[in-house]
Amino acid sequence: MAMLEVKNLSISFGGLKAVDDFHVSIEKGQLYGLIGPNGAGKTTVFNLLTGVYKPDAGSIELDGVNITGKRTMDINQGGIARTFQNIRLFKELSVLDNVKVGLHNHHPYSTLEGIFRLPRYFKVEKEMDERALELLKVFDLDQESGYKASNLPYGKQRKLEIARALATDPKLLLLDEPAAGMNPNETKELMDTIRFVRDHFDMTILLIEHDMKLVSGICEKLTVLNFGQVLTEGETSDVLNDPQVITAYLGE
Amino acid sequence: MKRKAKGIKNQTTIQNFITYAIVIAFWVFIQIWSKAGQMTSLLNGLLVPICTYVILAVSLNLTVGILGELSLGHAGFMCVGAFSGAFFTKAMAGAIPSVGIRFAIALLVGAAVAALFGFLIGIPVLRLTGDYLAIVTLAFGEIIKNLINVLYVGKDSRGLHLSMKDVASLNLEPEGEVIIKGAQGITGTPKASTFTIGILLVLLALFIILNLVNSRTGRAIMAIRDNRIAAESVGINITKYKLLAFTVSASIAGVAGVLYSHNLSSLAATPKNFGYNMSIMILVFVVLGGIGNIRGSIIAAVILTALPELLRGLNNYRMLIYAIVLIAMMLFNSAPKAIEMRERLMEKVKGKGKGAA
Repeated sequence: MAMLEVKNLSISFGGLKAVDDFHVSIEKGQLYGLIGPNGAGKTTVFNLLTGVYKPDAGSIELDGVNITGKRTMDINQGGIARTFQNIRLFKELSVLDNVKVGLHNHHPYSTLEGIFRLPRYFKVEKEMDERALELLKVFDLDQESGYKASNLPYGKQRKLEIARALATDPKLLLLDEPAAGMNPNETKELMDTIRFVRDHFDMTILLIEHDMKLVSGICEKLTVLNFGQVLTEGETSDVLNDPQVITAYLGE
Repeated sequence: MKRKAKGIKNQTTIQNFITYAIVIAFWVFIQIWSKAGQMTSLLNGLLVPICTYVILAVSLNLTVGILGELSLGHAGFMCVGAFSGAFFTKAMAGAIPSVGIRFAIALLVGAAVAALFGFLIGIPVLRLTGDYLAIVTLAFGEIIKNLINVLYVGKDSRGLHLSMKDVASLNLEPEGEVIIKGAQGITGTPKASTFTIGILLVLLALFIILNLVNSRTGRAIMAIRDNRIAAESVGINITKYKLLAFTVSASIAGVAGVLYSHNLSSLAATPKNFGYNMSIMILVFVVLGGIGNIRGSIIAAVILTALPELLRGLNNYRMLIYAIVLIAMMLFNSAPKAIEMRERLMEKVKGKGKGAA
């Protein structure tokens, strides 16, 4: 059974059909790419998958569970975590606390236990610190755990966003243009990180990307979106050599 | 690496203890000052209001600084707390003779009623953000004040009577007592508030807020402030935590209200004490002390409450100096050059000896 099964997904804004009859099927452990020209509706698909928008039609199944139309927080607890095209960190919080917010639902204690500093507070906070530092270490961010998130350099902010998403213990990770604004060296490092995340956390990953080097380097399968519709899908090398795709990107 | 994470935690703990220490030092200072016979009656009368305003400023900072939502109706919650607390003390005069115990329960009653109002008002209001939220909270604050102004409550052997019209329509028995008399409010509340109780309540408010902020709940609230969409995407229940912060904030303002009402023999909901002027004054404390800076709120509230009274001797120049102090504090707190200068000074102090900080 597929990890993510999307069928007939559609949404329109006013008269514009932003996403029209979108479908995708991602197997567990796959590294899947969603590409397409600017304005094709890629991020809208992400927003539909994570419940930011409610679809007009269609169904989304995660690991056999129907999550169509659920709230963002419930979808996250159901197993989808994401990063954002324009980085959205908790700027005023420390690097460590950013990850600890991600751990929020997995290490609970009540507000009263927090205020009155009952034993469970110390126990759970300790667990959280350890888990968060473990995650930060994976991304080589443990040395910066005390920094304010907004003081990190750009590339590390992207990594922190991934670490935060992973802290929610997802089944599926959505990465929205992870390489945006990175130089070739950073992109290369990022590719290694993404591969590592897939192997280390046994993760299924769907990513949006414009950097074709990254896409052809790590994605196993691709779906190409154009004007909100699926143009083509299949193995990465086949898709990238498809004349239709080249036309969509470069014009006639 | 682990040491680093622990280091931060210790730092916040130390910072929190400094805040508590400042409050306690203030109390000790005032005690010595009055033992030395230096307290004027003017200053003496200011002590409880100062505690009230400190609690209000600290609690509003939870909404404005930690939750990141501008609320202009804080005086409304104080008003609810003041009236419910004073009402309880008056109504229970027969049942519980000890003023101290009645006052202690009144504090809880005020906190609970204000929390209830915060919760109920929060449900519709927190759907808004920014300027819209500010305007609607302002309106709710005024509604509360005006409702209390037309509220008549009396008590007789048959129980409580409530009216929005006048005393006559309460239909009290001849020996019945009117407790809340519309625009005249509540009179004859025992003067149970003292400076020491005020300081204890300040410490309690600080304890609740500082511990809340440095917990899982506080992190969730600040995550919502920093980026709502991202907070949602990592599974934070936005509605729950916004409402929680708003309710706690209202509840603590209610406690400040009870403290306030038990410092006055007659309590009426006038624009001056519970109107939007008061809400804005509390906001000034918060902004001046630094949004999100709890210790700053305390200091700003103390200075700005004490200053106009201390400058009374200067008559006409009083408000002028008040304004200049406001501007100077604002610059000192937020102008980039001032911050730079402060940091340089701090470094010099640290260079001379670590104990100096």
